[in-house]
Amino acid sequence: MDPNVKRKIRLVVALSAAVLLAVGLIYTSFSASSEAKQPSDLLNASGGSYELTGIVVPGSIQHRGSELNFRMADRDGSKPSLPVRYHGEIPDPFQGGREVIVRGTVADGTFMADRDSLITKCPSKYTTEAQQDPQHVIITDN
Amino acid sequence: MITFGAGCLILAFAVAIYSGVAALLGTRGDRRFADSARRGVYAFAILLTICVVIIEAAFARTDLSLQVVADHSSTTTPAFYRFTAMWSSQEGSLLLWAWVLSLTSSAVLFATRNKHREITPWATAVLMGLGAFFTGLMLFAASPFARLSPVPPEGVGLEPLLRHPAMAIHPPMLYTGYVFFAIPFAFAIGALITRRTDASWIRSTRRFALIAWLCLGTGILLGARWSYSELGWGGYWGWDPVENASLMPWLVGTAFLHSIMVQERRGMLKVWNVSLICMTFSLALLGTFLVRSGILDSIHAFGESTVGGPLLVLIGVVIVGSTLLIVSRLPDLRSEKRIESLVSRESIFLVNNLLLVGLAAVIFWGTFFPLISELFTGNKASLAAPWFNRYTTPLAIVLVLFTGIGPLFAWRRVSVGAAGRLLARPAIAAGLVTAALAAFTDAASHPFALVMFGFAAFALAALVQEFARGAAAYRSLSGGSYGRALMGLFARNRRRYGGYVVHAGLAILLIAVAASSSFQTSRDLRLRPGQSAVVDNYTITYERPTADINPAEQRLTFGSVLTVTKDGKPYATLYPSRNYFAGVGTPAGGGPIRSFFEGEATSEVGRKTTVGGDLWTSMIPDLGPLNPLIGKADRKLMAIGRGIKPGDVRAQQTFGALQGLAIRKIEQTYLHDPPPANFRVNVNPLVTWIWVGGAIAVIGGLVAIWPAPEARRRRVADVYAARLARDLGRA
Repeated sequence: MDPNVKRKIRLVVALSAAVLLAVGLIYTSFSASSEAKQPSDLLNASGGSYELTGIVVPGSIQHRGSELNFRMADRDGSKPSLPVRYHGEIPDPFQGGREVIVRGTVADGTFMADRDSLITKCPSKYTTEAQQDPQHVIITDN
Repeated sequence: MITFGAGCLILAFAVAIYSGVAALLGTRGDRRFADSARRGVYAFAILLTICVVIIEAAFARTDLSLQVVADHSSTTTPAFYRFTAMWSSQEGSLLLWAWVLSLTSSAVLFATRNKHREITPWATAVLMGLGAFFTGLMLFAASPFARLSPVPPEGVGLEPLLRHPAMAIHPPMLYTGYVFFAIPFAFAIGALITRRTDASWIRSTRRFALIAWLCLGTGILLGARWSYSELGWGGYWGWDPVENASLMPWLVGTAFLHSIMVQERRGMLKVWNVSLICMTFSLALLGTFLVRSGILDSIHAFGESTVGGPLLVLIGVVIVGSTLLIVSRLPDLRSEKRIESLVSRESIFLVNNLLLVGLAAVIFWGTFFPLISELFTGNKASLAAPWFNRYTTPLAIVLVLFTGIGPLFAWRRVSVGAAGRLLARPAIAAGLVTAALAAFTDAASHPFALVMFGFAAFALAALVQEFARGAAAYRSLSGGSYGRALMGLFARNRRRYGGYVVHAGLAILLIAVAASSSFQTSRDLRLRPGQSAVVDNYTITYERPTADINPAEQRLTFGSVLTVTKDGKPYATLYPSRNYFAGVGTPAGGGPIRSFFEGEATSEVGRKTTVGGDLWTSMIPDLGPLNPLIGKADRKLMAIGRGIKPGDVRAQQTFGALQGLAIRKIEQTYLHDPPPANFRVNVNPLVTWIWVGGAIAVIGGLVAIWPAPEARRRRVADVYAARLARDLGRA
């Protein structure tokens, strides 16, 4: 075969593979993604798969058996909060006041999180007022 | 001292600008400007070294008048982690970036001081442009020398999670990787501008690209290791945006390292190579940006930051500038030769390149999908791990196959018959392994994993064959034992055989990834002391709770003793536990003791590691039954706390002691009347081999980087030859 024709065929094959991959990517990504929401968006919602981002309301964390219950508020903290029911692995940085992400569905005003879907943001930035606060425990020597 | 450091930083900024301008003037051919620019780079490196030393000294003595120290360290932070606390801060990591850039720029400019007279001034200008950018960012947006007034009595301390050896080395490794890619990038730009597009710029910067690649890879591995052993999550990879951000430049950089060999050998793929290095460096900048911008929801998003905007502008300039430059130089980048046959090393390299870039493209799309979808649908929708796995798994499998074939084929062309002979033995080995796995294990239940095992076996067998072939050839020339012949191979061609070791390590790593992700068992158990549960063929018994208070680290630990039997025989005793830390994090409200238990906590994993894999356990005690006690203590403490006047140090100390007493009381109650605890038990087959394979790959990379003795001799010979020629010229 003429080498130039051969080269063209190769190019066409490579390009079509790339196009196929691209189409696959675009198609599946729109169908497989879950919508990102804030707690205040979902107060009256039901059904649907969502990715919920917000702040764990301090003092709302309750372990009930292997179930974890807590409330999540919007990042600005002003709006009303949404109760979340969760099973599975709890990442170490999880605590009240932290920003977390969970995936799941909404049913009867409660966010039913998927198992093991809880992600906490890496807390490498802290505010400096922390240690002056008397709310902080000091463990003494005896 | 701090003022002196701040002065050095300003001076460094000025020197960077001066060197950049002098280098640009030097591009017109006046060597004095180019030499002055180079010396400017050395001065830049010295100034930034002083800055780093001053900052680290401030961390060492916990100088809390410095904002960066007060925010990231404290007097109770262990000494080793005080040093590493620098790069947990944004300011410190910018300083690290600039410092590594200054050192590596100095190294490359020293090494090439008598070479590439046309390219180096441009490369110097690019590097110093970057240097000025990052020092400018520190001066105007995030200064590491910012002071705090009034000086706080104690620092925030380093996040307990980050107190892990892997975490101490992971960030500098990643940054070193990112920064080292600036060297081949700068030289590529220089080569493009001066139209010197032969492979000479590649030869001079190849080792820097390799170091970048190795450091980035090591950094990624350490991050995975930390995540696995420290995060109490049990996984090593989650397709998190920041993980992806480090993997993308690594993948494209891997493609670059392979395709430059094609350019060196065959003078082909020039456009591809300059595009790859520009892409790699842009992705490296993007990695730096993603960590610091908070644009994507990530576990690593370090809060909103001030440096995101300028970084984005820099990335834009790099991408647009390099694209325009490449397009304008297309006529100079024509291949000297063409691919002669599909059955040749260069075409396999090209396929592997496409696969690597394809992988990076998939990851890029998935990572930035929230932004893409926001653009089209107005909603920030995101993609989870299953989506990534769907694409990366098949691509990785094919990649492994071609990694096996590549080293077998010669350059230019291989006849079909010869190809058959070369492929026969590895193919038979792979077939046998696959058949055996399908027959004797349940591997066939996960077809993708089975194919991965087969292809990886093929790649490993091909490498064994290559080593055997090389050793046999060596022996026929110089005799000696097989062992000596193998050593001789490494000595003779470190780059090639080091590369093969990297391949072997990565094949092992991918086998382990496939096995541990496809065949993992994961159970959540809720046990009271004395109860047991069965997971796979392990029987796990919660023997008794433990509790420990460590005042030095301000830590309370609730732990457990788990005894494990496997098939009825004693197997292991594991001690998963959970630590609660005082004095870090934001108070959760509802009283000091409640805040303490809902605040910062870390899991210590109980793990039994064997050749076959890990039995991994973590524990979260159910504090529900302790709630009344905690509430009671808090009510009492808060009543007392309200009576304390600010500034009454003795009363505050007494209050602290009362808090300590309350914690101790809760500890005693926990031990005396233990509540049930929630355990996560994972059986992770072969997971150990991820770290073994990774370590093998790192060793291979070091072998490839190490200067070959021949090259050293040649360099010495070159110097003699030059001197001789000069002397002859004088005579």
